[in-house]
Amino acid sequence: MSTLKRRLPPLKHRLWDPKAETMSREELEKLQLERLQATVRRVYERVPFYREKLDNAGVKPEDIRTLEDVQKLPFTCKDDMRAAYPYGLFAAPLKDIVRIHASSGTTGLSTVVGYTRRDLRNWSDLVARLLTAGGVTRHDVVHISFGYGLFTGGFGLHQGSERIGASVIPVSSGNTERQVRLMKDFGATALVGTPSYALHIAETMYEMGVSPDELSLRVGLFGAEPSSETLRREIEAKLQILATDNYGLSEVMGPGVSGECLNKNGLHINEDHFLAEIINPETGEALPEGYTGELVLTTLTKEGIPLLRYRTRDLTRLDSSPCSCGRTFRRMARVQGRTDDMMIIRGVNVFPSQIENVLLEIEGVEPHYELVLDRVGALDTLEIRVEVTPEIFEGRMAGLVELEKKICHKVQSECGITPTVSLVEPKSIQRSQGKAKRVIDKRVF
Amino acid sequence: MKVSQITVFLENKKGRLAEVTEALASRGVNIRAASIADTIDYGLLRLIVSDPVQARQALAEAGFSASETEVLAVEVEDRPGGLASIIRCLADAGINIEYLYAFVGKSGEKAIVVLRSEDTERAREVLQKNNVTLLTGEQVHRL
Repeated sequence: MSTLKRRLPPLKHRLWDPKAETMSREELEKLQLERLQATVRRVYERVPFYREKLDNAGVKPEDIRTLEDVQKLPFTCKDDMRAAYPYGLFAAPLKDIVRIHASSGTTGLSTVVGYTRRDLRNWSDLVARLLTAGGVTRHDVVHISFGYGLFTGGFGLHQGSERIGASVIPVSSGNTERQVRLMKDFGATALVGTPSYALHIAETMYEMGVSPDELSLRVGLFGAEPSSETLRREIEAKLQILATDNYGLSEVMGPGVSGECLNKNGLHINEDHFLAEIINPETGEALPEGYTGELVLTTLTKEGIPLLRYRTRDLTRLDSSPCSCGRTFRRMARVQGRTDDMMIIRGVNVFPSQIENVLLEIEGVEPHYELVLDRVGALDTLEIRVEVTPEIFEGRMAGLVELEKKICHKVQSECGITPTVSLVEPKSIQRSQGKAKRVIDKRVF
Repeated sequence: MKVSQITVFLENKKGRLAEVTEALASRGVNIRAASIADTIDYGLLRLIVSDPVQARQALAEAGFSASETEVLAVEVEDRPGGLASIIRCLADAGINIEYLYAFVGKSGEKAIVVLRSEDTERAREVLQKNNVTLLTGEQVHRL
């Protein structure tokens, strides 16, 4: 650990844009308001979709006088973007658009986004911020294992790394053994990609008989999919690196919306470019700081496709307590789930990911589980069905009873509800291709 | 060779016990002794079989969670007090018995009891010191 620390740049070099990243809240809010007003004016004048929406809501751009007035604005949803396919929400003519990306929709049309030259410059700078916060400098060799193409991950991290002046290796995804060889031969010091792929690379490395000592890696910057503290620790241990998480979504910009500093206590949101709110996903009402709800983002500087109150469907909470890195930007917790899969049990919001984490911690292996919601009288019940796989079965009755108790107790302390635990035989829970269906709701409302 | 017991995790569902035994039969595995410990929702089936290696393979292929545990197979005089004297010497040595069950067959005039204690090595020593006959794996699995 001490050798790792020695190889990190000194603190003052861990800010890419110190003036912006450490500005006082007062200055920041003034800047945000100016930029919000300009953005609302821009979309009202240039995007028929927003003009109609604002008119229907009875809001004029000049009604935005304080930051709180953002709540008067209508939300933008993924469906709005699909309906506008491909260029309906663009606020700049195509002659000013220099890049187009799209996010793959698993269902329906994809969503298309366009960047002006200034958007691209801002984007590079925002990614440079998160790279710097994660310990990357111009001396680093950055191995990018994100796919390049319509997906924003590859290009986003690429431009940011170039902006910093690092040596960038655009490996893209796939052919994992080759990735390991390239990291070794090219002396990569920073790995960029999704956390699940990083773990896969690590496992492949061990299978190839390559030890982490043969690599020069020291930091990893991961994003584009949900992560967990358990997963982070596993990656850090296997690759012997410091790993930070970053967050973004293509609709809003791509990577660069927020990123962790090396304190690893939440992701600093680039608030000079994005206005973040947390709302109750059911009612749309703003929630006070510290409450978990849906993240809603308004872009403050985008020209190509500015978005008002975009509903990310990602669940997180905000934290404005000071961070020793010096950044004044608020931090969002690692995304805890999607509004699509939030369960409300006895009035408590519970995410399958929370329960999955508990199981992962207890069993130490990828759990096969299913959550069954039901109602007895007026009371909701949660049953956690867990497969007793050969890996966790050691043949003792006491071991099984202990396992049940542990799961019950941990879920109780993590989520605030007491479940019943059912141990079931291997393969008795249905498998599905891709995203597993983990929740069965038998309640009648 | 040690005496090996196979433990199978079973949900309390209709037909599961039949499926376990059929899976073993299809591989020509003979069951020497069996016992079930159960709760409301699931149970543990403990088996002494003719061929533990084959048995584990058969069970894994049929999708069961099974594990292997070392147990002691003890010869017991087939008369009143036969078992009691053996348990007494373990109790006097302060060794707890987790569970025990009897064999289907006999070796000559004596009955056989399968016994699992929290400390197998010490239990073995104590029993041998008291002149109790312990069967080897070869003897038990090929009975």
